[in-house]
Amino acid sequence: MRSLEELNAIRDKVKDHVGLRTESGQTKDGEVRAHVLVCAGTGCTSSNSLQIADKLEEELKAGGLDKEIHVVRTGCHGLCALGPIMIVYPEAVFYSMVTVDDVHEIVEEHLKNGRPVTRLVYDETITESGIKSMHETNFYKKQHRVALRNCGLINPEDIEEYIGRDGYQALAKVLKEMSPEDVVKCILDSGLRGRGGGGFPTGRKWQLAMGNRGNVQKYVCCNADEGDPGAFMDRSVLEGDPHVVFEAMAIAGYVIGANQGYIYVRAEYPIAVNRLNIALKQAREYGLLGKDIFGTGFDFDIDLRLGAGAFVCGEETALMTSIEGNRGEPHPRPPFPAVKGLWEKPTILNNVETYANIPQIILQGADWFASMGTEKSKGTKVFALGGKVKNVGLVEIPMGTTLREIVEEIGGGIPGGKKFKAAQTGGPSGGCISADNYDIPIDYDNLVAIGSMMGSGGLIVMDEETCMVDIAKFFLEFTVDESCGKCTPCRIGTTRLLELLNKITEGRATMEDLDKIEEIASYMKQNALCALGQTAANPVLSTLSNFRDEYIAHIQDKKCPAGVCKSLLSYTIDPEKCKGCTMCAKNCPAGAITGEKKKPHEIDPSKCVKCGVCMTKCKFDAIEKK
Amino acid sequence: MSLVKTVPFQGTKEQEEKLLEMIRAHKGQKGALMPVLQQAQDIYGYLPIEVQKIISDEMEIPMEKIYGVATFYAQFALQPKGKYRISVCLGTACYVKGSGKIYEKLQEALQIQGGECTLDGKFSLEACRCVGACGLAPVMTINDEVYGRLVPDDIQGILEKYQ
Repeated sequence: MRSLEELNAIRDKVKDHVGLRTESGQTKDGEVRAHVLVCAGTGCTSSNSLQIADKLEEELKAGGLDKEIHVVRTGCHGLCALGPIMIVYPEAVFYSMVTVDDVHEIVEEHLKNGRPVTRLVYDETITESGIKSMHETNFYKKQHRVALRNCGLINPEDIEEYIGRDGYQALAKVLKEMSPEDVVKCILDSGLRGRGGGGFPTGRKWQLAMGNRGNVQKYVCCNADEGDPGAFMDRSVLEGDPHVVFEAMAIAGYVIGANQGYIYVRAEYPIAVNRLNIALKQAREYGLLGKDIFGTGFDFDIDLRLGAGAFVCGEETALMTSIEGNRGEPHPRPPFPAVKGLWEKPTILNNVETYANIPQIILQGADWFASMGTEKSKGTKVFALGGKVKNVGLVEIPMGTTLREIVEEIGGGIPGGKKFKAAQTGGPSGGCISADNYDIPIDYDNLVAIGSMMGSGGLIVMDEETCMVDIAKFFLEFTVDESCGKCTPCRIGTTRLLELLNKITEGRATMEDLDKIEEIASYMKQNALCALGQTAANPVLSTLSNFRDEYIAHIQDKKCPAGVCKSLLSYTIDPEKCKGCTMCAKNCPAGAITGEKKKPHEIDPSKCVKCGVCMTKCKFDAIEKK
Repeated sequence: MSLVKTVPFQGTKEQEEKLLEMIRAHKGQKGALMPVLQQAQDIYGYLPIEVQKIISDEMEIPMEKIYGVATFYAQFALQPKGKYRISVCLGTACYVKGSGKIYEKLQEALQIQGGECTLDGKFSLEACRCVGACGLAPVMTINDEVYGRLVPDDIQGILEKYQ
């Protein structure tokens, strides 16, 4: 790519092609009258979406429709709970939970005869006046997609589709029209803060690394080591729109004077790694990475580095140590990476979602971005909505949306008519938000004020069947596993906290143990080397402050109110309800149930292993768990 | 577990040639140790001490550093894994939906603990943190096959497919 004209020529060529899939109302793409989008993200491919796409192409070809109807394999559409997902444009008819066997019917009925297969259409889109577009569903209509604007819309393995959506225009604009100072000012004015956890202003970070341009080697890194269990927004961007990350990294490279970038990506994301490799190859072929980009003399290239399963490598100094080929242990800051980072050279590191916002900020302006969100948290945020909620998936919403809107409206509420109990944000560094804060506008500062944090954007919903002590224990088990062991407060502190939590869930704790927890937690907060150790106690502290009653019930009453902690449970048989069918006794693995046929049975508590099998086998609802 | 530990190193000449060639391809590249270890594990399936030694000699990196890196990251295995590698997601989204019970059920059915391999070398079991298929929670993978929306009663049937 030697010039902007070449880029524009490609954009104009494919604009109509990708335009068919937007809400613009465009209904023609040359000869092509419909696009069938099949999700090829991790969730949907796990339930055979690629076979569905193959079968679809086969059927279209057999029916002579392959010229007028195109099949597009896209990234994630967000509503993973309903996968495999298929969308038919221009009408945006939303098919969910499609199987390979359904393809024939969709081709014959819908694509040939124009009658959508109501049986397979997402039920919310069925109205009296016909089938409405996916964009009008509760899940999609409240969303505002900036970082995810191309996810689920373009074929991530075709660079021209990205260019058709104004891809690489921001890079061209920056290189041709803006000075590095202009760019930094624009990012600062937009109010963009890091989407990976801490929320540090991105423009400020870049500014710190700008000094001495052109005289020293510098690096631009991308943190794609999404370690928070239950968060998958970065994976979704990498799988669905890899070029946006390259474009933003090149812009960052221009600003600080770096010509080499590294993307540190989890090896557990094979699809993302594969798409990144394909995209890198294409970007180099088109001259959008490499030497003399747009003929401006600016060189920039990117290499991938695979993580190897260490949560701590999400911490910036640990990540850089890992790229250097060492154990991924963090080191104290200062010096900050902007001064001394990768191979001791000035380096900036941003997270995938942060980068995904940059090109749009450049093209649409700082004011546009700053018009979204709250006073101190601008723009949108992607959340991975999971756990006990109907619409599990990825949602991108303006900052300041309330938890209630996210869970009840976009998320479709909690299945089974259960009650909302808590939402966990921020992963192992965050905390649990209780129902008292259901209406709080979600942004960086509000979350910190209520004892949690934004983190990378995992949002796990919990209902009344979740035990909050058990959840705290779950996160501590994680941090004990993942503590790198370099500093004592984290290595020993997490272990001691876990021991105390085990005491509580096993009914051996005293009220003094709660004080000990708080003492250890505050010590860790002040003394651990990196952010992971400093925040490791947050899941315990936030549950302890929001759900103290539950802790006390475990300690004083020796009861687990949610019925989760095994040691505190007992199973009994209600003699009134028991018909003596012997199903429970036959299935009990411990031989703990005795009784004569057709007479009430009994459980011997000394033999019972509390596995709960009897409860699932009983047809008369006679087994009680307390 | 103890039996598996004594499985002698059975690397072939071809594997060694592949390894040496791969190391040469990374010569002079900064920070090459991690990619080399990852690709060595692809060649051998795990990282036995014999392979670490070859890497140490060829790359002129001390053994202690190689061992340090290999033991730091969860992805590197110093023991061979089973023919079928079962991995249960214990990420938050799966855990809240009961993946802990799936994990327990597998330990019971296979008579091994997490991190171990059955004596016949057929199945190994481990927990992992989020494969990113949270929409299908709870999830487990067997080699590259993903099983989602699991309940403990599914386990026996799934394992039988691999017998």
